[in-house]
Amino acid sequence: MSLTSADISRIANLARLELQPEESSRMLTQINGFFDIVEQMRAVDTSGIEPLAHPLATVAEVALRLRDDVVSEPNNREANQKSAPAVERGLFLVPKVIE
Amino acid sequence: MMSTELHQLSLAELARQLREKKVSAVETAQHFLGRIRAHETLGAFVDMNEEATLAQARAADTALAAGNAGALAGVPIAHKDIFVTKDFATTAGSKMLAGYRSPFDATVVSRLAAAGTVTLGKVSCDEFAMGSANENVAVPALGHPTPAPVRNPWDTSRIPGGSSGGSATAVAARLAPAASGTDTGGSIRQPASFCGITGIKPTYGRASRYGMIAYASSLDQAGPMAHSAEDCALLLSAMCGPDPDRDSTSLDAPAEDFTRSLNDKLDGLRIGIPKEFFGEGLAPDVRAAVDAALKAYEKLGAKLVPISLPRTELSIPVYYIIAPAEASSNLSRFDGVKFGHRAKDYTDLLDMYKRTRAQGFGDEVKRRIMIGTYVLSHGYYDAYYLQAQKIRRMIADDFQQAFQQCDVIAGPVAPTVAWKIGEKADDPVANYLADIFTLPASLAGLPGMSVPAGFGAGNMPVGLQLIGNYLQEGKLLNVAHQLQQTTDFHLRQPEGF
Repeated sequence: MSLTSADISRIANLARLELQPEESSRMLTQINGFFDIVEQMRAVDTSGIEPLAHPLATVAEVALRLRDDVVSEPNNREANQKSAPAVERGLFLVPKVIE
Repeated sequence: MMSTELHQLSLAELARQLREKKVSAVETAQHFLGRIRAHETLGAFVDMNEEATLAQARAADTALAAGNAGALAGVPIAHKDIFVTKDFATTAGSKMLAGYRSPFDATVVSRLAAAGTVTLGKVSCDEFAMGSANENVAVPALGHPTPAPVRNPWDTSRIPGGSSGGSATAVAARLAPAASGTDTGGSIRQPASFCGITGIKPTYGRASRYGMIAYASSLDQAGPMAHSAEDCALLLSAMCGPDPDRDSTSLDAPAEDFTRSLNDKLDGLRIGIPKEFFGEGLAPDVRAAVDAALKAYEKLGAKLVPISLPRTELSIPVYYIIAPAEASSNLSRFDGVKFGHRAKDYTDLLDMYKRTRAQGFGDEVKRRIMIGTYVLSHGYYDAYYLQAQKIRRMIADDFQQAFQQCDVIAGPVAPTVAWKIGEKADDPVANYLADIFTLPASLAGLPGMSVPAGFGAGNMPVGLQLIGNYLQEGKLLNVAHQLQQTTDFHLRQPEGF
């Protein structure tokens, strides 16, 4: 299996990455090189095997923990917005999205 | 005690002298800050804040004087630049986070601080912890005008390993008695091996991931890097413990004193030797050092048991599907809105996202985001991501089978010693292949460590990898400590440091 440059631009769009033409062609070569080593994986018979998401599920029941839905944090807006690129009156600024 | 010798002490001994007030925390901090400044050419440190460091040291001295100090009071430590810190910049090695200031400390950082450690600064890592050589760095180290690779103190023309390369170099060059690291596919064990220090990655979920900038959440795990197993045991005891409200995958396993079993004898210990770790890909110099360490274990009363981890080679594609898939999801938060870099010019919101991410991320990060996005995309998910997760279970099951015949598993950490800077920089797949021996334990979520085992080509350090079953960190540290009672590789120092 080999990716094409059309695949690369489709994936880049999904990933929200703007790639320059020379970057795209380098990416194509490198990703295809990578998928050469992935091929061996596709041949493995995994019928009846459950996918493993949490490694400790190998030996124990693992349930994703939920915490009580209660307020635990103090208001820390100013500190949390200190590293934001654009803020006004406590709001994050983005380019216009609704006309 | 002359302060010029402080950096020669083990962390355990330094902690003792601080407790006995033979040296103050402030003196200790100043000594190491001076060493960091004197060795900036190594490129290990990316941020310092002497005022904050000395304030922490003064607080430690006060606690020591009052007799209510923590176990690690006054012990200096460097933190990998993947942990967020209030008092120091946090960049994860990325332009995306240049100038970022975290409003809080990572749990690992605050737990160590609660034990009394004094933070010397932040140490370099591969961008978002993606790399095996610490060459994927986009932020300049202190004293460097532009981004530069971290250098291995044993041979400054070589890489220190990655992604916790700054941590390994800082400890090996005695710029810090200890450093924090993170290990997703080998990022503590491999640089520890390449720099001749001791490092341990605990069981997945032992140490909180809160405030550890996420790369691959089902694999990421924090751990200590220091000179000896005893030092690592002291640090790990402070780092671990449940963090139920802040990390949903934090294990419900109580904090332990990992020093307790260090002196247990190894009589009758069964060490599993996976034949797949000793194939033709293993360099003869590395093999010789590992074999010598295994012989030393036999002398200590251990028995070597041949085992098989048949899917070792498959761990490379499985890891490099799962980790990028999780990374592509985790790194979607970097969109130029709430924190970090935002492109200057753009036409609309979508264009802002794309340009921001194109400018903020380096090549390796983009590659992994692309791979991850692809394997999660419609029509490919089952063939790649799901298939990888199924083989991940088979790999984890292989370990459980092996542990029926042995107590710990031993082998090399990496197929070769540290390579030259630039040697594999343009060949991502060559870097991925070199991770072959660390990836299996990562995928299984098992604790693993690297213990100095000798020297190979170019007089470069070689690490022995020890892998334990779930929650067997105490056993691993015991096994490592016993080797360090009969060998002195962990005490050797690179010349000029």
